[in-house]
Amino acid sequence: MARVVVDVMLKPEILDPQGQAVQRALPRLGFEGIADVRQGKRFELEVEGPVDDAALARIHEIAETFLANTVIEDFSVKVEVGEGADTTAVKAES
Amino acid sequence: MTARIGVITFPGTLDDRDTQRAVRTAGLEAVPLWHRDKDLKQVDAVILPGGFSYGDYLRAGAISRFSPVMESVIDQAKAGMPVLGICNGFQVLTETHLLPGAMLRNNHLHFICRDQKLRVENAETAWTRSYEQGQEINIPLKNIDGRYVADERVLDELEAEGRVVFRYEELNPNGSLRDIAGISNAAGNVVGLMPHPEHAVEPLIGTGRTDGLGFFTSILKRLVSA
Repeated sequence: MARVVVDVMLKPEILDPQGQAVQRALPRLGFEGIADVRQGKRFELEVEGPVDDAALARIHEIAETFLANTVIEDFSVKVEVGEGADTTAVKAES
Repeated sequence: MTARIGVITFPGTLDDRDTQRAVRTAGLEAVPLWHRDKDLKQVDAVILPGGFSYGDYLRAGAISRFSPVMESVIDQAKAGMPVLGICNGFQVLTETHLLPGAMLRNNHLHFICRDQKLRVENAETAWTRSYEQGQEINIPLKNIDGRYVADERVLDELEAEGRVVFRYEELNPNGSLRDIAGISNAAGNVVGLMPHPEHAVEPLIGTGRTDGLGFFTSILKRLVSA
């Protein structure tokens, strides 16, 4: 089975208080030099059958209608190639 | 014959019973609706009550949006049926795009529970006719995902068309843009707000005031005049 990863991030202009809370905690933990943190969501979809254009189109639709709220969030869809290998970005949405 | 107001229960809804009680307190008939029903049982209006439908697992209101009952609600709302979304119900209405914008985690990240002052900015929607323009009301607020956001163009449009129905007074409890506590669709039949009018309909509970009762008497006025 192939794995497709959907990353969902708040749009850059949307205030992310969770990310800010993490960023503010870093100096207290002794980690300096991190200017900003934004927090997002990662979905890993195990796909039955081949990840062809049709399958990717369907996943794109899932991401756009359900996994992300495009009023406030951007998403990207990536296919993971092989075990722990690097990923191939196939589509990035704004 | 009295008006029939449907109150939808999703898995995780908390305030359906309070909402049914508020409906009855206003002299209307409360009709319980289940999220898997497509049939709205010929109700005259629908309320989506507060709570945490589907645990708010993906985003607040995101999963409920795809329940069978919502298909019927969306169709009927577009045809003019009055729909009120309270708190989680408001979140569901933004996720369905019946109302514009989106709801996010409060800017301070805390769950809040307080009596909240609101200003009624539009007393002509289906759900606000019992109030006066500019009237100040005090009803409970309780949520963690209450920060209303929309882009500048949508916010300007809402303001220009009088669709900002409620604004927070004295204190903005969650960072909502332009102090927005509630909005309506263009036709004024669909209204959503974060605070909870159903918890302020009897003097013995909630704020000790009955400022929330107007929502439920408003809908009676609207249905009688329709």
